[in-house]
Amino acid sequence: MHALLTEAAQVSSGDTAWLIVCTALVLLMTPGLAFFYAGMVRSKHALAMIMQSFVTIAIVSVTWVLVGYSLAFDHDVAGGLVGGLHLTGLTHAEVAVPGLPLTVPPLAFVAFQMMFAILTAALLSGASADRMRFGAFVTFIAIWSVVVYAPLAHWVWSPEGWLNRAGLLDFAGGTVVEICSGASALALALVIGPRRGWPREMMAPHNLPLTLLGAGLLWFGWIGFNAGSALSAGYLAASAALVTHLSGVGGMIGWLVIEKWLTGKATTLGAASGAVAGLVAITPAAGFLSPLPALLLGATAGVVSVFAIRLKFRFKYDDSLDVVAVHYVGGVIGTLFIGLFAAAAVNPAVRHQGLLLGGGLTQLARQGIGVLAATAFAFIATYAIAWVLRATIGLRVEPDEESEGLDTSQHAETAYEFTSTSGMGRVS
Amino acid sequence: MKLITAIVKPFKVNDVRDALRDIGVLGLTVSDAQGYGRQRGHTEVYRGAEYQIDFVPKIRMEVLADDEDAAHVIETIVTAARTGKIGDGKVWVQDVEEVVRVRTGECGPAAI
Repeated sequence: MHALLTEAAQVSSGDTAWLIVCTALVLLMTPGLAFFYAGMVRSKHALAMIMQSFVTIAIVSVTWVLVGYSLAFDHDVAGGLVGGLHLTGLTHAEVAVPGLPLTVPPLAFVAFQMMFAILTAALLSGASADRMRFGAFVTFIAIWSVVVYAPLAHWVWSPEGWLNRAGLLDFAGGTVVEICSGASALALALVIGPRRGWPREMMAPHNLPLTLLGAGLLWFGWIGFNAGSALSAGYLAASAALVTHLSGVGGMIGWLVIEKWLTGKATTLGAASGAVAGLVAITPAAGFLSPLPALLLGATAGVVSVFAIRLKFRFKYDDSLDVVAVHYVGGVIGTLFIGLFAAAAVNPAVRHQGLLLGGGLTQLARQGIGVLAATAFAFIATYAIAWVLRATIGLRVEPDEESEGLDTSQHAETAYEFTSTSGMGRVS
Repeated sequence: MKLITAIVKPFKVNDVRDALRDIGVLGLTVSDAQGYGRQRGHTEVYRGAEYQIDFVPKIRMEVLADDEDAAHVIETIVTAARTGKIGDGKVWVQDVEEVVRVRTGECGPAAI
């Protein structure tokens, strides 16, 4: 988002091609997330978990086109808090992105950003896994993408947003994507309540190969997520691609080492979780860090997340698939790391280098303000939406539907059919 | 006639099958089973959440035999399934009132 965009430039075919490719890469992350999540739930909920990600692609694409994009990237109408309605339905959106002198057609930017809105919303399904009604989820996500995601994207990424003007650096979504989804996930988990039987019953992952496949797809797509956020195909994109990968590597190593030390075994779920934690952490910082700090950032996120994952048992909130421990914690670490290691040599948009590069506390303070503001807004707004929906249409499935599994109760399907004896023949 | 049921370690199934075939046992039914005896389960850890897994995977094998063959069948199974370590399983025997071969309608020992 902070690419060198000093003067309005012609459309560059290279930049445009790269951004369209990245749009496809980021789109793939949502099915990747679906598998990452589905492997971690019990088999009776696997399809419902996948379905929530897939339906989010559909729902948020529509809300983004209708109003979300305009609220995020139209000229500001409320002191840096929200964009106007001039671009609703994408009318006038092909002309320009207000304040951003891009070298790509504005509609490429619209599509690229749409994929971010989708993925961020889909992340929330990990907090409410195994107990949310499908209709309630669809309603919640539609409202959330407009009321929470779009304004926060405006704060941080619109040149007229208040956090952007306050000097927050967030390359690809430490606040807008990771902190936002993490804080919202906590609110949603608190409002909807724990899964029946949690934490006493065994709720172990049913298909870890699926989770690792999903983690691989996420990793693959993340290159587009971060390097695409350069909005150009040049030095900055190349640097972002490299440090993104390195941070994922650091996260995997960090998690596995701590896990081996604590429990005696390095697990595949730990490898997948650590890599994702590292990728989360580099998201805001991908355009500002050199390779070695990126490796350190990933390792830090991996190590801290191992411990953060225990918090839900301590504080008794059922954030089922650890959106808080991985995305919120990683997002905070990455956002603050910019204040420590941001390097002007990597990105000339860095005006105050990080504390450890001799730049003083200025940038770190700005990052801290961004963390607090994004956390407070996302948590409070999501809590309010979820609370109102719970009081009106209801969020949870019936207890027996939950025991039976969401696959059959919500979708009339089962993910795995292994027996030949369960059927009674075709009935219509 | 006797029904001999054996609970054995999954990786011993092929050994037991081969041993039974060698002594002329012509039919055998197996199914997946889980349980525990003196062998307790194990612990699994997922993202720091520890679970005690009480039920260990086993294979249940069922063999029908004439009264006079039963002792030999049992001995064969026990020998083939034994590793000497805890968790090798169990074998038990029940009387069977009647056996019918579905295809021919034969009854009794002829149906085994």
